[in-house]
Amino acid sequence: MQQIKRSPIRTDPGAATRNEEESIMQKAIISVVGKDTVGIIAKVCTYLAENTCNILDISQTITGGYFNMMMITDTAASEKKFSEIQNDLKVIGEEIGVTVHVQREEIFDMMHRV
Amino acid sequence: MINLNEVIETNRMIEKQNFDVRTITMGISLLDCIDSDLQKLNEKIKEKILRKAEKLVATGEKISEEFGIPIVNKRISVTPIALIGGSACKTPEDFVTIAKTLDECAVKVGVNFIGGYSALVSKGMTPADELLIRSIPEALAVTERVCSSINVGSTKQGINMDAVRLMGQMVQEAAERTADRDGLGCAKLVIFCNAPDDNPFMAGAFHGVTEPDTVINVGVSGPGVVKSAVEECRGESFEVLCETIKKTAFKITRVGQLVAQEASRRLGVPFGICDLSLAPTPAIGDSVADILKEIGLEQAGAPGTTAALALLNDQVKKGGLMASSYVGGLSGAFIPVSEDQGMIEAVEAGALTLEKLEAMTCVCSVGLDMIAIPGDTSAATISGIIADEMALGMINQKTTAVRLIPAPGKKVGDNVEFGGLLGHAPIMPVNGFSCERFINRPGRIPAPVHSFKN
Repeated sequence: MQQIKRSPIRTDPGAATRNEEESIMQKAIISVVGKDTVGIIAKVCTYLAENTCNILDISQTITGGYFNMMMITDTAASEKKFSEIQNDLKVIGEEIGVTVHVQREEIFDMMHRV
Repeated sequence: MINLNEVIETNRMIEKQNFDVRTITMGISLLDCIDSDLQKLNEKIKEKILRKAEKLVATGEKISEEFGIPIVNKRISVTPIALIGGSACKTPEDFVTIAKTLDECAVKVGVNFIGGYSALVSKGMTPADELLIRSIPEALAVTERVCSSINVGSTKQGINMDAVRLMGQMVQEAAERTADRDGLGCAKLVIFCNAPDDNPFMAGAFHGVTEPDTVINVGVSGPGVVKSAVEECRGESFEVLCETIKKTAFKITRVGQLVAQEASRRLGVPFGICDLSLAPTPAIGDSVADILKEIGLEQAGAPGTTAALALLNDQVKKGGLMASSYVGGLSGAFIPVSEDQGMIEAVEAGALTLEKLEAMTCVCSVGLDMIAIPGDTSAATISGIIADEMALGMINQKTTAVRLIPAPGKKVGDNVEFGGLLGHAPIMPVNGFSCERFINRPGRIPAPVHSFKN
């Protein structure tokens, strides 16, 4: 699969229009950590579907009763701002007793890829 | 594509191991603010800083949220004020008005420190340099966020011993002027040899004259991350240990590079450098001394400490250099006493002395940092300690610095408390033999032979 990335260096701040932004992917990593319970993925996925966030990859593991899940999503088509998605998912996480983080992909890409 | 373990690893560093980006520091040149009228000068300085740094704090916070990485400090460094105020300031009090303006700007834009109340006097002092230096005790007492640094020596120029002598007196006065706060003024005053122009860390940050109009420099941190990584290689060979530190430093610095590029892009200000320093805080688990212990020492200061620190510092640099497109500033491990819980413990246990700290500064950045000494230490002795540290920097072609706090009214066995990032420190004993006749010689120490490389 070809990865399309937003260049971290753009010399003209604020110049990208909404249309330009939409034409490229905005990858966000959603990570969920907490005690395993029924319906964690369902809740998160429902929210993402309702807000037109496409799931590109998903993986999970359960160790010692603890649930670890990561999704790579594309939020470019969503009407919601990045910060709104972050807050909404944080609230959903709190409701089901897990911690949800939404972070832009670049931090992981930078740290783990040369 | 990124996998689950990588996501878990990154987030564990942030949540459990105190990983953060320590500072985004915006360097602002004030050279175009110079005016012979003091009031106009102050107005121009204020206008420029407020205009350039208006969005600094908000941008830093936005980046922090989006990437999920704490960015602890947002700061400003400016052109050494001795150069800027030279034409307008006729007395030390005139310079203090500029300090007040800088403080006001820092409060307005919401940065916690502003550095650059500085003079570069490694070969000699202009009248303006001397006026600024003499204004430092007052300036640091009446302001809250202004940091001062004086470069008194370099490998290329030798050591200005007149400035060293004067700085001993100023350190003492700065402590006395802030006696009600355990000499807090001295925590904002650094004396340098080979000071870098692009250091993002306080209290020594200033915006050098070789820099562009504005620039973004980022200081990364992460002693806790390195310590956790080193825990994984107990009993392993030096090869495994060094590789582990190097890889960890690479990962940490990559995040610094990302934050620097993002801040630069969003603020429309060029990216300067990433500073690779391991900067401890008083928080538990955020200590350079703890890394040394994990490497295999009972306490920081035990025999072997200098070697362990040399190894640590070198591996941090090797890992970090490849991770960032531009590396600069101080880059290495910091060993401040009051800001590092492990160092404080080592001093309290009697493992770490001023002399051992001096040896440690030969192999790491940056120097005798945040060390509380008895309040009755003479100015000449303080100058002697400064001169020793400057000599280490000059001969070894590295940056060294001194940030001593002669805590008023306190003696060995007492404690000083600064709070926050500045921490607390036990008063350390100082060698009581005099160096007064040495310090009272006028003039300067010539540049060392290996400075002549032309």
